[in-house]
Amino acid sequence: MINDILTVMWKEIKEILAYLSGRSKLSPMIFVGVFGIFLPLQMGKTWVESPMVLVYSGWAALFLVNSIIADSFAGERERYTLETLLASRLSDRAILFGKIWVAMAYGCGMTWLSLSIALVPVNLMYGQGGLLLYPFTAGLGIAGLSLAGAGLAASAGVLISLRAATVRQAQQTLSITTMLLLFVPVFGVQALPSGWKARLVEALTAADITRVVIIAIGLLAVLDIGLLAIAMARFRRARLILN
Amino acid sequence: MNDFIIRTDNLTRNFGSLRAVDHLSLEVPRGIIFGFLGPNGAGKTTTIRLLLGLLEPTEGHARVLGFDSRTLADKIRRHSGALFEHSGLYERLSAEDNLEFYGRIWRLGTKERRARIKELLTHLRLWERRKEKVKTWSRGMKQKLAVARTLLHRPSLVFLDEPTSGLDPMAAAALRDDLAALAAHEGVTVFLTTHNLAEAEKLCGLVGVIRQGQLLAVGSPDELQTSRSARRLEIIGRGLGREKLLASLRARPEIAAVEQQNNRLVVELNGTVDTAPIVNLVVNSGAEVEEVHKETASLEEVFLTLMEEEG
Repeated sequence: MINDILTVMWKEIKEILAYLSGRSKLSPMIFVGVFGIFLPLQMGKTWVESPMVLVYSGWAALFLVNSIIADSFAGERERYTLETLLASRLSDRAILFGKIWVAMAYGCGMTWLSLSIALVPVNLMYGQGGLLLYPFTAGLGIAGLSLAGAGLAASAGVLISLRAATVRQAQQTLSITTMLLLFVPVFGVQALPSGWKARLVEALTAADITRVVIIAIGLLAVLDIGLLAIAMARFRRARLILN
Repeated sequence: MNDFIIRTDNLTRNFGSLRAVDHLSLEVPRGIIFGFLGPNGAGKTTTIRLLLGLLEPTEGHARVLGFDSRTLADKIRRHSGALFEHSGLYERLSAEDNLEFYGRIWRLGTKERRARIKELLTHLRLWERRKEKVKTWSRGMKQKLAVARTLLHRPSLVFLDEPTSGLDPMAAAALRDDLAALAAHEGVTVFLTTHNLAEAEKLCGLVGVIRQGQLLAVGSPDELQTSRSARRLEIIGRGLGREKLLASLRARPEIAAVEQQNNRLVVELNGTVDTAPIVNLVVNSGAEVEEVHKETASLEEVFLTLMEEEG
């Protein structure tokens, strides 16, 4: 099973690299430029000290996974490679996990790379002789939140891509889902009565950040597992072919 | 294990109210190229999907390589290869990477995989271009590469769904020759769907004709041609108009009618009969026979007749 997953991952990585070798290589470069240079220079020391970097890591991984996951099954279907793949000896799970793991590895890898690169301009501009690093707990938080964010995007994205007729359709559905995920909490908080809002801000300010991060990772992980279980249940060769 | 690599019993598949495959009972012997002929929408591709266990039958059963397609589809897929109407190649990847991927899927060891890739690409005259991205290739080259991918793991059974469809006549002929050579070399059973009847006539040891999901006829191309031939014998020569000869011929029970036109004698036969005694009779009558033509229907004529009869 693991060998088969690695085989699918090998192919996916080859395809991503081939895709990124064209004009599309600009997108990851822009990403690294923003999260590895521009934002850290703007924020200075607070880049490594503020809990905002934890939020960035989760969102960055999620967006990066979003940029490739729509292609996972819809792309195979659109390019007429899906039926041949399904007619091979690979199990359903090997195909599914191979695609999910590669997307997660890409999202987390690029996020961690950007956050590592970010330490260079921050230290050069604001180090003042000392070495500025992310606190250990923040590092764990970054790893956990980026993994959970990438997992959320990958499992939701695969679920959408499984059912979409084209990559464009999958991308559109995924974009709308992500926007809802982003804007519903923001506007939800805005819509709260001012008393509630004040209490929420107060609670968040007083809260132990570590605890909040652990709860957030736990909630995301539960969501990831739930979506993955649905994706596994919906992975039916006959349905994929007839779609 | 029995001699039939594929055996279906009343295999049926409905899509809503449409019956794509209709009580198909078929036996395909091991080691041959079996041609599955039918017009577009006849149910050929659906049959392949059913045999590979990619679709579940609505009714009936199929045993492929001795495995039930409902319960042991993964075993069927493990020992077979499939090339569908579209080549199924990853166009962003090189030809070598495409084969490398499928070699890994079939768990060929590194050494074996590389040797096999070289063997197949060399055989198909693609080895020198293995590093090129597939998207830059012609359709004919892509189909050849897809054939190589299908045979990579030395499957016992290969499904080829209209492999020459969309190719120009030269590329189609080249691919046909390569297919025939590879099938003979690899000793593989081939289940070939096509609506190219010349292709089937040339390649297949056994053919089945399907229309609207129903199997209309099965047999070797020769058998089908003989069974549907126009049953007419034409003899050209001198001295064919003698009354005594014509009377002797008309008296024979296997002859329906005899007509003499200048130096030609047209003999209409009652069914499929041995024509050697008729030719002997003409020669022994003193006529000088220059040519004898036994009219035989081409597979295309047989196919069209079947389509008309059932239509």
